[in-house]
Amino acid sequence: MTSHPITLVVFFALFAGVALLGLFGARWRAADLSQLAEWGLGGRRFGTVITWFLMGGDLYTAYTFIAVPALMFGAGATGFFAIPYATIMYPMLFLIFPRLWSVSRAHGYVTAADFVRGRFDNRPLALAVALTGIVATMPYIALQLMGMQVVIAALGLNYAVTVPLLGGVSLPLIAAFIVLAAYTYTSGLRGTALVAVVKDLLIYATVLAAIIIIPSELGGYAKVFASVDPKLLVLGKGTADNLGPGFAYVSLIIGSTLALFMYPHAVTGLLSASSRHVVKRNAMILPAYSVALAAVALLGYMAISAGVKAMPAYAPGFASFGNNFAVPALFLHMFPAWFVGVAFAAIAIGALVPASMMAIACGNLFSRNIYKDFINPACTPAQESRAAKMTSLTVKLGALLFVLEMQTTYAIQLQLLGGIWICQTVPAVLLALYVRLNPWGLLAGWAAGMASGTYMAWTLGFKGSTYVLHIFGGAIPCYAALSALVLNLLVAGIITLIAQAMSVTSTDQTVAEDYI
Amino acid sequence: MNDQPPPRRKFHPVYLLLLLPFAADLWPPFYNRIDPQLLGIPFFYWWQTMWIVLAALCILPAYWHEMRQGK
Repeated sequence: MTSHPITLVVFFALFAGVALLGLFGARWRAADLSQLAEWGLGGRRFGTVITWFLMGGDLYTAYTFIAVPALMFGAGATGFFAIPYATIMYPMLFLIFPRLWSVSRAHGYVTAADFVRGRFDNRPLALAVALTGIVATMPYIALQLMGMQVVIAALGLNYAVTVPLLGGVSLPLIAAFIVLAAYTYTSGLRGTALVAVVKDLLIYATVLAAIIIIPSELGGYAKVFASVDPKLLVLGKGTADNLGPGFAYVSLIIGSTLALFMYPHAVTGLLSASSRHVVKRNAMILPAYSVALAAVALLGYMAISAGVKAMPAYAPGFASFGNNFAVPALFLHMFPAWFVGVAFAAIAIGALVPASMMAIACGNLFSRNIYKDFINPACTPAQESRAAKMTSLTVKLGALLFVLEMQTTYAIQLQLLGGIWICQTVPAVLLALYVRLNPWGLLAGWAAGMASGTYMAWTLGFKGSTYVLHIFGGAIPCYAALSALVLNLLVAGIITLIAQAMSVTSTDQTVAEDYI
Repeated sequence: MNDQPPPRRKFHPVYLLLLLPFAADLWPPFYNRIDPQLLGIPFFYWWQTMWIVLAALCILPAYWHEMRQGK
């Protein structure tokens, strides 16, 4: 598979431009980047518009662009859960996150684990939250690189060198990685914010073109939906003793929403806002991305309708990447050569933004909650910032090795586990904004949630996330992250009641006024 | 716990609007159907997509309310 020269020219021009912009970000609103809040939160000075681009770049990743339509392509209606999920997250964002923003501003928190440490004065619990964040985010970074790999393969750039110990290594992927690592390291969140603006303009152009051009070529939306297997077009029905796919769908929506807010990069994006009003305003304007996401999801059905899977030209891509190749194949089939370059650049750059946000968030967590709390408590702000930068580099390198060495299916399975794990920090972070459970109870609940969630995913062979619970003779198919969270809350709640009965107290550095 | 619960914002009916998106999106038996279609798009898809926009509109009154309160 080789692509058109014009496609390559457009792709490389856009990618190179973005690389320069990212490096230039260090000079934008220049400040002392040896301070962690400057490097890792952009100095908490981002207004409504930049926060919008940053959060959008954060929540709607290259992987979303590839994986959501791939799920629709393969599994039908179930894949559409991403849309209600991207809807109900906003009323929650509006109500809950201004509280986290305010308390973080009042106490100088940079991460969710900082908040946990201040709220509960319990180092093991803060460590658990920090480690969960880092471990859950790493496979997510790997998936962004995988999104880039799909595009590189679709462009036909199969230039590989053989490296001792590693085997065949894709040169374009290494080049993209160097761009990512260089601008994250030098510019921090500022560089990422600038790249996010360009990325979104490209994504919107691509989505608009896709929903206008492709359905008209295929004969209209009615034809597109008619080409989908009717059994997949809506969710299956439940029975008297099985709540059925409808319940699983709802549990996926709720579990994913809770997980999303707990991801360190989402917290980083929100805390970089310049005021709590910026967070609230974004709750109203971020849904514009969800509309684009709905259009992107339907690309999966358009790929079915176009019949790309049966075309010999795309067979190698489907063989390597499975259904994740559906969207690149659709673009190659439908778009003129130059616009394929734009669309693929949108996806590749769409991988850079979240990947660097995630790496920065991991860096913040490590330097604040592990390096400073456990390794070098007397560190200077410059040392703290350097630890964050080195961590961001390390996690990206780890993600790169992961993508190069492991099969992509492992990255997807780990990402799935990551979603289950990150959900287990909800009681210690999200709930803690309102109620303060006993910290040791929260730690025990966290452990129970992690163990049960991992067990459920393991029984499913890490292939799915919907585990069927059998309770009172009925079957309840539920997203494992949510059922593990219920257990987590039960354990934390019971221990809190016991502790209250025994009048065990613990200190809280925050006061009620910090939250409003 | 002996610490006081955090003070909450005074309740105002505009916050009830924030419940509507949850009601609309979290009850699949209602929207898990093909008909009525809109421009050839089955109900399942256009209903959920429409609620993205409606959810944003549901937040607006609460936002104005809080702006007036100066919070």
